Amino acid sequence: MPTIVTKRYLNPIVTMMELDCPHIARKAKPGQFVMVRPDALGERIPLTIADYDPVRGTVTIMYQRLGVTTHKLDLLEAGDNILDVVGPLGNPTEVEGVQRAMVIGGGVGSAIAYPQAKALFAAGAQVDVIIGFRSKELVFMEDNFRRNCSNLYITTDDGTYGEQGYVNKKLEQLLQAGNQYDVVIAIGPVPMMRAVCQTTLPYQLKTIVSLNPIMVDGTGMCGCCRCKVDGQIKFACVDGPDFDGHKVDFDELMIRTAVYRTQEADATERHLCNLQRMADELKEKKGGAQ
Amino acid sequence: MAVNNAPRTPMPEQPPQQRVHNFNEVALGFTEEQAKQEASRCLHCANPMCVQGCPVNVRIPEFIAKVSEGDFEGAYQVITDTNGLPAITGRVCPQERQCEAKCVRGIKGEPVAIGRLERFVADWHMAHATQHASPAYPMNYRHVAIIGSGPAALACAYDLANWGYGVTIFEAFHTVGGVLVYGIPEFRLPKAIVRRTMDELRSLGVQVHTDMVIGRVYTLEELFQQGFDAIFLATGAGLPKFMNIPGEELAGVFSANEYLTRINLMHAWDENYDTPIVNSHTVAVVGGGNVAMDAARCARRMGAHVHVIYRRSEAEMPARAEEVHHAMDEGIEFHFLTNPTAIIDDRHGNVCGLACVKMALSEEEDERGRRNPVVVPNSNFTMDVDTVIMALGTSPNPLIRMADPDLKVNARGCFVVDEETMQTSKENVYAGGDAVTGAATVILAMGAGKRAAKAIDEKLDGNN
Repeated sequence: MPTIVTKRYLNPIVTMMELDCPHIARKAKPGQFVMVRPDALGERIPLTIADYDPVRGTVTIMYQRLGVTTHKLDLLEAGDNILDVVGPLGNPTEVEGVQRAMVIGGGVGSAIAYPQAKALFAAGAQVDVIIGFRSKELVFMEDNFRRNCSNLYITTDDGTYGEQGYVNKKLEQLLQAGNQYDVVIAIGPVPMMRAVCQTTLPYQLKTIVSLNPIMVDGTGMCGCCRCKVDGQIKFACVDGPDFDGHKVDFDELMIRTAVYRTQEADATERHLCNLQRMADELKEKKGGAQ
Repeated sequence: MAVNNAPRTPMPEQPPQQRVHNFNEVALGFTEEQAKQEASRCLHCANPMCVQGCPVNVRIPEFIAKVSEGDFEGAYQVITDTNGLPAITGRVCPQERQCEAKCVRGIKGEPVAIGRLERFVADWHMAHATQHASPAYPMNYRHVAIIGSGPAALACAYDLANWGYGVTIFEAFHTVGGVLVYGIPEFRLPKAIVRRTMDELRSLGVQVHTDMVIGRVYTLEELFQQGFDAIFLATGAGLPKFMNIPGEELAGVFSANEYLTRINLMHAWDENYDTPIVNSHTVAVVGGGNVAMDAARCARRMGAHVHVIYRRSEAEMPARAEEVHHAMDEGIEFHFLTNPTAIIDDRHGNVCGLACVKMALSEEEDERGRRNPVVVPNSNFTMDVDTVIMALGTSPNPLIRMADPDLKVNARGCFVVDEETMQTSKENVYAGGDAVTGAATVILAMGAGKRAAKAIDEKLDGNN
């Protein structure tokens, strides 16, 4: 069972955890993910590897507290163990030969876009980054990105920080101004990735998106993460998670990511009532063990 | 021994109206008296055909003789000489096509209930055994890595551990058992049986590492560098097939793999678990194999009205006859010679119906000698369903061949092996089970695991 080495709140809704799992850290590459199960009654959820350190033997995950599983995960503190962490899964992002890249992150997707930017920048590419958030208090990872890119642009929907507007508006400006890129890598909510693809299509600019559909096993067995790419059924866990954004059927992806939305909302509501009790129980258990 | 002319002893079962409301085992097992009674029906043929009908050649008349004498532990020892997992095979083997199909008593009446006796013996041993299993041979300091923990893996592990090999199982999931835990439901194979079997393997010295996806976390080359002398790939069935008809992306369309994994491995039927599952009112399961039966019967237990849609007739169904009858008893409706053409959208991304056509069997046959179904013109109709489960088979898991492109696979993505030794195109790498054959049965996978164990033993010469 991997131990949580550090835990930090990056903003009011996003948590970062550094996990001790040397066998995964040794193999991890940008774009890959792990499956996490917080406890024996819990679900398995995919979380992208936001950073990794083969020397320390750690991988970093970041999650937005949305459903039951992420809330449960958040009950754990540094020093605790996570029941199951499986990885690294998925195919790494292809960064070889890229000279000029545009990396775009939306919301918690910025965490996922970070290893790509870092790897490309370390490989000597020119890396421009746009990260977008709803509002100022949600901005995170700014310093990390600043150290690992050529130009950083930040947007907020309400204009309370950086430039007002969506990330695709900023991208359009940069493209119109004549900036040239070999590839655009866009990671974030489905509507954001779709908007970025619509922006880059007239420029015939290669655009990679990282899909995060619902998964159960994450190892090529259940078929839950199927999506349509270029008219063919593809499985995000073994064929992806990266795909050519201009070929992804985003309408279908929206349907598939919403399958359990009502049930999840109900379960989360029910669960939040129990959360405080669970947190108390957990503390009591730890207190008892000391 | 006097020949008993009594009819086949019926298996005590949970009545259908009761069992559709729970996930407990349907077949309850023989009592000692019932087992002895059934055992006394065996004719003890001089040339027992049943043994030839068994893929792992259990010495059937010999163990049955011990049962009729009341020496149940002795019967267990006879079975486990050739089959290390009798509690599992006694429950899930298609005996009516194997040992029992060859039973002489079946010519004029009903065959001896070999499978039920095997299950009885295994269950009796589990309930009464006082000693932990220990390897038959001393440790030989040779190490074998087994990738996966389904039936092929367990059979291979059992033999090798018994012969003194150091065996390490690498499983991708958090629980061992492969299809025995994620696929086959609790009511057909209780998970406690799988756990007991694993305990037995552990007491033979088998090491188990869960959460390890070989191909991603270690390559085969790295496993050899870690000191393993041979590797057995038992990675099982993989990605589900879909029909490529309109509407398969809708919420409410599942592969049987996903539906069964949510229910079996992730316990979605138990409200204490977080795993979500759709609340279905009416379910259509497409397919005619055992997996389709498992999915249909799970959906029934989740409270749904269930239809099974199969494009051929009942006679061609690949599912075990017993599973089909159990499903029918449970109120599941079968629509033979029927094929879906589209899944209908309620305009909000949910399933609201299944468009189908009727089929007829043509004179043309497929490669397995089954008559090919053809569409009956103007036979379109629609069924009102809110959930569709596709149980159409799988293609092998791609992760190992992606990580090791040298490993030879056929056009379907299955590992190419020598049929006798199960060796792949790579030295000291063996493979078996669904990863080689495509979706097949538990016992065939176990047979492959045993062949691989034998070939590995001959190659590594562990007892020399």
